Amino acid sequence: MERIEQANEEAVGRMLAADPVLIDVVTAGDVIDGLGEKVILHAGPPIDWADMCGPMRGAITGIAVFEGWAPDLEAAEEMASAGAFEFRPNHHASAVGPMTGMTTLSQPVMVVENRKYGNRSYCTVNEGLGKVMRFGGNDAEVLDRLRWLRDVLGPAMGVALRDTGGIPLKSLVARGLTMGDEMHQRNVGCSGLMLRALAPALAKTSTDTKALSESLAFIGGNDQFFLNIAMAMGKAIMDPVRDIDGSCVVTAMSRNGTTFGIRVSGTGDRWFTAPVEMPEGLYFPGFTEADANPDMGDSTIVETIGLGGFAMGASPAVAGFVGAGTAADAANYTRTMAEITVGENPEWTIPALDYLGVPTGIDIRLVVETGLAPVINTGIAHREPGVGQVGAGVVRAPMACFEQALVAFAESVGVA
Amino acid sequence: MSAVIVNEVLRGFYLDSVALLRMSQSLVALDGVDEAAMMMGSPSNRQIMADAGILDATGEAAEAGDLVIGIRADNQDAADLALKEARAILEQSSAAKGDGEVWRPRSVRSAVKAMPDANFALISVPGDFAISEARKALRRGLHVMIFSDNVPVADEAALKQEALDHGRLVMGPDCGTAIINGKPLAFANAVARGSVGVIGASGTGIQEVTSLIGENGGGISHAIGVGGRDLSDAVGGFTTMMAFDLLDRDPATEHIVLISKPPSAAVAAKVVDRIGASSKPCTVCFVGGSEMSLPANATAVTTLKAAAENALGGSAIGAGFDPAAMAVPASGGPMIRGLFSGGTLCAEAQVVLQAAGEAVGSNAPVPGSGGLDSKGAHQLIDLGADEYTQGRPHPMIEPSVRDDALTAALGDDSIGVILLDLVLGFGAHDDPAGYLIRSLGGSAGKPVIASVTGTEQDPQRRSAQIAKLEDAGITVAPSNADAAALSLACLRSTT
Repeated sequence: MERIEQANEEAVGRMLAADPVLIDVVTAGDVIDGLGEKVILHAGPPIDWADMCGPMRGAITGIAVFEGWAPDLEAAEEMASAGAFEFRPNHHASAVGPMTGMTTLSQPVMVVENRKYGNRSYCTVNEGLGKVMRFGGNDAEVLDRLRWLRDVLGPAMGVALRDTGGIPLKSLVARGLTMGDEMHQRNVGCSGLMLRALAPALAKTSTDTKALSESLAFIGGNDQFFLNIAMAMGKAIMDPVRDIDGSCVVTAMSRNGTTFGIRVSGTGDRWFTAPVEMPEGLYFPGFTEADANPDMGDSTIVETIGLGGFAMGASPAVAGFVGAGTAADAANYTRTMAEITVGENPEWTIPALDYLGVPTGIDIRLVVETGLAPVINTGIAHREPGVGQVGAGVVRAPMACFEQALVAFAESVGVA
Repeated sequence: MSAVIVNEVLRGFYLDSVALLRMSQSLVALDGVDEAAMMMGSPSNRQIMADAGILDATGEAAEAGDLVIGIRADNQDAADLALKEARAILEQSSAAKGDGEVWRPRSVRSAVKAMPDANFALISVPGDFAISEARKALRRGLHVMIFSDNVPVADEAALKQEALDHGRLVMGPDCGTAIINGKPLAFANAVARGSVGVIGASGTGIQEVTSLIGENGGGISHAIGVGGRDLSDAVGGFTTMMAFDLLDRDPATEHIVLISKPPSAAVAAKVVDRIGASSKPCTVCFVGGSEMSLPANATAVTTLKAAAENALGGSAIGAGFDPAAMAVPASGGPMIRGLFSGGTLCAEAQVVLQAAGEAVGSNAPVPGSGGLDSKGAHQLIDLGADEYTQGRPHPMIEPSVRDDALTAALGDDSIGVILLDLVLGFGAHDDPAGYLIRSLGGSAGKPVIASVTGTEQDPQRRSAQIAKLEDAGITVAPSNADAAALSLACLRSTT
């Protein structure tokens, strides 16, 4: 018991000591080991083509066309089912990706360095709202935007970030929490703060005012621009927490649209998976829950570090996706998540909760004991390939993941 | 069918997108409306509205800072009505949406976090989990009261040993009553604070004694429930011993009352030794027990009433109460039928009848009583026993448990008097007198004798309950023991 408590304290200590800094945007294939031709990193635990949901397949075929591996979507689908592509989870490559989470060699990825521990993590640039690849969109408009990100915004951000020497993220997130962001569904504040930090360097390093204008407009027009940065930050914070002997703190939560998987510090790189659940939420006009795909994406890394559903108290509007949606409901989500965490983060606090720190360090024992599964704020994709986002809502991590993990963890510490 | 699309743009009107999505739902629910939404007019939102077929040229011209109302309806009237509704919803948007649920901790761990200076936990969970929750509380330095029952006795003993090691008190399992620092816990009464400390293995026993003391000018320092099995051989009186230690050290406690069923000889000897070591006068009430020799600082009594009187320094409870004078002649047969919600009250009544030379049968017999099948014996039934409460609430909470037995007794010609208890206090039914009167449904046809365990400060107010009973022709005695004596007097006044 004492050994576990100490190991968990160590785990949370490493989370709180992390110093994540956004330092660069680079080409994915240049920094991610083994990310060569026809290798596709995806969200969630490992999955084969046969088991992938509609939007995941839509994104796979789209990215294959984008990378020039297939002439069109039909050909890409045939290649995929014939086993022409190698699928690997982002999490196995120091990366994360929202929703479908496509990461391939020629895409630009943002680099977050954890300066306390020296590790780096990667995430693609957020595509904005509307029809986008992360929700399974794959038409010409989607692919053109990816090309623009690759050819214009990505390189421009890379030059600008190198010029700044890096933008520290911890204090930026702290300010975002006071502005109503929870960093999963709400990134308005942090996106604005990031634009403020980035704009002078973008202007200074730009040689093309049209491209500069487009870049600034793109960032300024995308309320979720910061989400992918928050995700890379989450991965950079959690990777040094892996493999602490005797710790039952969750180091990753992730879903591929079919299964939900978690990893636990003391049980290393093993995934504990269960069928993913259906979000409860609100739908855009023209869509209903019948159109919805189950929960998807690596974005649950933000809940893993105490943001998203865990920080709902900072973002009362988000609580409106389910139930009465009052500010008190939002606060209750945060207080309830404190039931299943080792501690609170004194640097990330919520003014409306008397500066309560966000609940930090999910302890699988507490999840199983209280029956309180982590709350996740999420977007909802259409279940068919190519359509895109149809709503947003709240979902719980499946309890079965934590039950399996607890049994395996007990074996690992010799109490089973 | 020609659908009508109506758009309205509110310039510079910002509302949160989630709030707008929520509000949009009530528009879609209106009759004749196919699809509707309210969104901020950003390009991506306008695209969504166009895809949904609810955007016209008006909405198309909106800008990101404008709010767009888009409605597609079967006809113009339905569309106009929906637009009116949309405007109304937007006007109300700042109004309160109702009370949010108050957050409550869901585990011992977070309860302690929320209240770091807490030193006491009341545990009421299914028995299988009670020990594990109690242990969590103990390890966080809390004293524990376990309301839960169905806990294996070996677990109880182990837990109490652990509590002793931590220097913490474990009251229970199956501890239904306590008053700590003037705070009634679980089924307990609002009793004035005072100098009498009570240690009890029985819930209604503690309630009767503390209420009688409180209603007769005394008060309670602490009433510590120990759980029904604490004085068994298997547990060995851990909590009782510790309760004596606590009350001995407590300067507010001047007199200690111990209430229990008769313990085994071995445990009784241990208890007697502990009493002898106490510096304070003690009253010992082993309900249904035989004579035993006690140290000089202790007095043995046989009833709860006598225990209260002794703790009050010998002053009589129910002064002026004369069973013979108050007796209502019994009609019908020669037997008393007792229908009790309190187990110890049932035991006390058996003791009173036995002492008067009567034969008694019970489903919860004290020494000297037979079973319910005993021939020619008064039947005193504990309706709180497992066979009556399986899968239903205790009769103190839900008096309907008594209904069938009451109907049977009323129709039984061999029964001359019906004897009842009503238990008030926190956790109990909010009007047991009213319920009883409705169950009797007018004239009972034979005397009904009752006692009311409780105080004036209880939520049900003792005097109000008594007045109700008396108005309905039910005779109320000052205590449970007096009610038993009065029942007998009623029988004897006929012969």
